[in-house]
Amino acid sequence: MRGAREVWLAAGVGAALLLLIAVAAIAIGAVRVPIADVLRALSGSGDTSVVAIVRDLRLPRVLLAGCVGAGLAMSGGALQGTLRNPLAEPYLLGVSGGAAVGAVLLLALGVSDPSLLTLGAFGGAAAATLLVTAIARVVGGSSDTRLLLMAGVVVGAFSNAAILVVLADSPPERIRGALWWMMGSAADATWPALARVAAAVAILGALLLWWARDLDVLVLGDEPAAALGVDVDRAARRVFLVASWLAAATVAAAGLIGFVGLVVPNLARALGARRHRPMMVVSGIYGAVLLIAADLIARTLRAPAELPLGAVTAIIGVPFFLMRLRKLAA
Amino acid sequence: MTTSHSLRFDRVTVQYPQRATPALNGVSLSACCGEITAVVGPNGSGKSTLVRALLKRVPLSAGSMFIGDTNVADITPRDFAQLAAVVPQREEPVLPLRVEEFVGLGRHAHRAAFGAMRAADRRAVSDAIERAGVGDTAHRRTDELSGGEWQRVRIARALAQEASLLVLDEPTAFLDIAHEMAVFELLDALARDGRTVLLVSHQLNLVARFAAHMVLLNNGQVAAAGTVDDVMRGEILERVYDWPLVVTRDPAIGAPALLPLRGRAHGSKPTRGTKGKP
Repeated sequence: MRGAREVWLAAGVGAALLLLIAVAAIAIGAVRVPIADVLRALSGSGDTSVVAIVRDLRLPRVLLAGCVGAGLAMSGGALQGTLRNPLAEPYLLGVSGGAAVGAVLLLALGVSDPSLLTLGAFGGAAAATLLVTAIARVVGGSSDTRLLLMAGVVVGAFSNAAILVVLADSPPERIRGALWWMMGSAADATWPALARVAAAVAILGALLLWWARDLDVLVLGDEPAAALGVDVDRAARRVFLVASWLAAATVAAAGLIGFVGLVVPNLARALGARRHRPMMVVSGIYGAVLLIAADLIARTLRAPAELPLGAVTAIIGVPFFLMRLRKLAA
Repeated sequence: MTTSHSLRFDRVTVQYPQRATPALNGVSLSACCGEITAVVGPNGSGKSTLVRALLKRVPLSAGSMFIGDTNVADITPRDFAQLAAVVPQREEPVLPLRVEEFVGLGRHAHRAAFGAMRAADRRAVSDAIERAGVGDTAHRRTDELSGGEWQRVRIARALAQEASLLVLDEPTAFLDIAHEMAVFELLDALARDGRTVLLVSHQLNLVARFAAHMVLLNNGQVAAAGTVDDVMRGEILERVYDWPLVVTRDPAIGAPALLPLRGRAHGSKPTRGTKGKP
């Protein structure tokens, strides 16, 4: 089928881009490492300081950015399907914000264990999800998906306010930590942090891929979906929850990063991956490419200073959002 | 078409919360094989609630629904979609697919979560596309279709479900005469194949031509039911639709046809500036 060839092409090109950008991101930095040395260092041979830079600093950072990008893109793709809205994504829906509040609150209480903070982010995301759906239900009387998006914007704004309040009350040394959550950064990449986010992306992403065919049907609307044999409420609820947790896992690893979940699934669809399973696979690949590239820009553009990763993705994402909005209004 | 299933509503009552009166109040009806059974009635008479109830999107306060001998309440959504193909009223292509992908969604209930399209699935899709007469749109995207093509593509998706029971909620809304007739003729042919077709429609005159049985709903209750001649009667329709009308004969095939009365006489000029004045 013609559609299948488009998808394979998109995935193949994406995989090649991923490899290229990953190697480039490991090579480029304060110390420039030639490609040949990168490859040698990855296998553990060569100059020990180069091996340390490549294996302990840049490789985990690149892999973390890749996992976070893939997770955000897949989460966004799944949320767009359940909410029937190509503008949905975890950041705009307030889900990421809720995750950040969960983690920052624990931080303010003196918790510093990263695993506990990750759990806090999961809890915060779940609470934000509940809040968003509750607001939409109270206001609209039904699960109107546009209301859900607007409720998300409100909860997101509230989350930012909550973080600022916690921030204002914190000793200076904690302020930097709280700011980190709001700006997004892959700078604190460590192997354990990478392992946590990689596991979450693998498990939760696999669940979403498993349910992806339900999404093809859910996106048609409640009644058509029921007519085609989907248990609508159950299918929508579990996708929403798991997509939220996937976003929470990325927030726990790299803070608030917007627009990746918005831009990438729409790009994947434009490349011909229209059904949800291929769309989310292609999204995962390009999400990783986008965030590794964004992180490379964030740490090199004004080196030695680092730009907030969330700001870089917003600069890329906002024009795209406006374009998509215009298309939707047309 | 193998044995076709009948559809039966037995004293079905649906009460929406925050509404004084039930949307459906003890509605019984049945539709069977090889025929079109039409459900008609004014706006808000409960027609669409009937379809929503069948899809279990609203709970029944009383009564039950049966497909063949099986209570719909006991059927999983997946089994339901294999028995009955429902084309709901409203649907928009939010995230567009190619037409063949879209029609392929009709196979959802036949496939495992990771199962590939088997030969039987592909055949059902291509048969459905051909039967609905939308072969020339197969490679186009669902957001690029005309209104008439879109409705027929949705019917094709229902046909791909290979269910012997077909339920359609106003499939010709917004269609011009030629496209509307094409859809009615398609439904007629599908019923002649032995399918049970339940059609919700506002088009009384076309329903009178094509349906074998009619059910007239009013305020959630069955106001009249039976053959077309039983239901298409001036005194009943006038009362239910609350508008003066006459029932005559359709010159094409002699079926009963309804003409609403009042409004200005042919050739007369519209009256202007009299509104609100004695």
